[in-house]
Amino acid sequence: MIVVLFILQTLRIAVPYLLAAAGGVLSERAGLIGLTLEGYMLGGAFCAAVASYATGSATAGVVAAIIGGGALALLYAVSSIRYRADQVVVGIAINLLVIGLTRFFLRLVFDSSSNSPRVPGFHVTSGASPLAALLQNPLAWVGLAVTPIVAWVLYRTPFGLRVRAVGEHPEAAASVGVPVNRVRYLATALSGMLAGVGGAYLALDQHQFTDGMTAGRGFIALAAVIFGRWDPMRAGLACLLFAAADTLQIQLQGSQALPSQFVEMIPYVLTIVALVGVVGRAVAPAALGRPAAE
Amino acid sequence: MPVNDPVTAPVAETPPPSPASTSAGGVRASRRSALEEAVLPPLVALLLAAVVGDALILVFGQSPGAVYHLLLEGTWGNAYGFGQVLYKATTLVFTGLAVGLGLRAGLFNIGAESQLAAGGFCAALVGLMLPAGIPSLLCLPVYVLAAAIGGGVVGGIPGVLKARFGAHEVIVTIMLNFVVLALLNYIISSKLHVPDTLHTAELRSGALPRVSGFIPAFQGSAANASILLAVAAAILFGWYLFRTRRGFELRAVGLQPRAAEYAGVNVAGVTWRALAISGAIAGLGGLNYVLGYKHYYEEGFATGAGFLGIAVALVGRNHPVGIVLAALLFATLSQGGLAVNALVPKQMVDVLQAVVILAVCTSVPEVRRLLRGARRSARSGGES
Repeated sequence: MIVVLFILQTLRIAVPYLLAAAGGVLSERAGLIGLTLEGYMLGGAFCAAVASYATGSATAGVVAAIIGGGALALLYAVSSIRYRADQVVVGIAINLLVIGLTRFFLRLVFDSSSNSPRVPGFHVTSGASPLAALLQNPLAWVGLAVTPIVAWVLYRTPFGLRVRAVGEHPEAAASVGVPVNRVRYLATALSGMLAGVGGAYLALDQHQFTDGMTAGRGFIALAAVIFGRWDPMRAGLACLLFAAADTLQIQLQGSQALPSQFVEMIPYVLTIVALVGVVGRAVAPAALGRPAAE
Repeated sequence: MPVNDPVTAPVAETPPPSPASTSAGGVRASRRSALEEAVLPPLVALLLAAVVGDALILVFGQSPGAVYHLLLEGTWGNAYGFGQVLYKATTLVFTGLAVGLGLRAGLFNIGAESQLAAGGFCAALVGLMLPAGIPSLLCLPVYVLAAAIGGGVVGGIPGVLKARFGAHEVIVTIMLNFVVLALLNYIISSKLHVPDTLHTAELRSGALPRVSGFIPAFQGSAANASILLAVAAAILFGWYLFRTRRGFELRAVGLQPRAAEYAGVNVAGVTWRALAISGAIAGLGGLNYVLGYKHYYEEGFATGAGFLGIAVALVGRNHPVGIVLAALLFATLSQGGLAVNALVPKQMVDVLQAVVILAVCTSVPEVRRLLRGARRSARSGGES
């Protein structure tokens, strides 16, 4: 039973990671650095909370999160593609922007500096077991399905081929007629939408928005993308691994065996190890962070 | 990820020589165009930020004029507010210089946040071991060394990983931020804290004097003698970059690593040294809080200052004078948020700071392109 609970808890924690990491793979494979995942998630969580609160419908919340995350991603894409701004700087600016905007509108909409009131989530039959509750959340299904779907899109569809081409060698892609920037816009927008849904899952699962509620999850998703060497399935496995570490930390809470701070470090340390290449080198898409030549 | 795409690389001080730049008038013209390229983007950015600010203020049902007036009144309008601006700018000068030095070498140090914390932590750690009654001037060098080592080690790790294994410094510094902050959190919360707080015990010697000790009007503000350290750091920064061989090599690597390598520069050496020095500078910023303000290390004192350092370096064009001015600008916004909180949520300035960064980094390449286009057409118009 403990094992089942552990797996359930892990899956529940993994859903937002899986969504954001799937988006991160798409964006990075197209050549745009996924530093903004954190911002998309936080923005998505806030939009979901507001829309769900206003309409009473969790579905409306998810739609709002898709719009919010997608809009932020377009801002990122326009700045770095159209205006050729440095992706790292834009990425950090967008994360700061979302932190500021969510706090500002938290005051404006809910007149609070810390959290929203309770917002409706997806309907769960009362007294359902954790397993049943998880199964009744459609976003959990979306989260579990998104990894294989993105893998299929990336490796089995013309669009996926184009995404990989513009991320590896945009000039070569352009020379055979691939609309490089259009593919990059699309891949980035999709990544914003996916990460936004990841944020919506958080807000709707906890039935409220709290200031800074993503708490670095976007960066953990980015870590999973890199640790998974930019492959959707491996990134998904990395998400499960990191979520299992989170679960372990929750289970161990209070025990002195392993301080929680050390468990927190696991994803970040593993990512650095992966970059250094002790166990097989992680090699980024060749054109990551670079705008296509004009 | 490429080390040196044209956008990440710092901007050359002078634009490529134009045919006219051989004459003395041409030199003046190219100086002027360099100045235009440096000054115009921040102005465009401030304008954009003001527009967004207006919108936010109007959304909240207030008058922009009143809010901006209050913002200036609460920062540059009285000694206390100005003192707070100076205090906040001091930390930002350090983190801005840190990021700026990295950018001059073509390296992005996103880790100033944790380097600042590590510097403050190491200074406090050393300070806890010092007995009471040592004159501040005597133990200051010890503190400076401790803070520089703390930040330098945290900055040096990504430097070495980059130089030795090619691990991208952006990702490593981000990940290291989380690792170092978690580690410091563990040490403070389980070993060194005063019960029921998240800070260490107070240091017994080495406190830096407050400005209010000399000018009573600054009473209550945290501005302290660290300002002098920040100014010294900015001067040393300029001297190192523009007057030493090492600095020249660093800038050469930043502008064109392959050419620098061909010219005999040890690129790997420059890489790890630049990130280690960058971290050390960020670490020194911790003294402003630990020695100048609270006299202890407190969990979370560095929050945000590291990321704003990126903004400061960007707006300040990686130049010491620009960085000091940009630090004052961002410190004014931070303090101004508190001043206007009665009318609009102080979080408005977080948005404005982000808009300034976004506007600067999108307008720099755009303004440069437009200026060059305008000059080209002016020149061809004159010749025909």
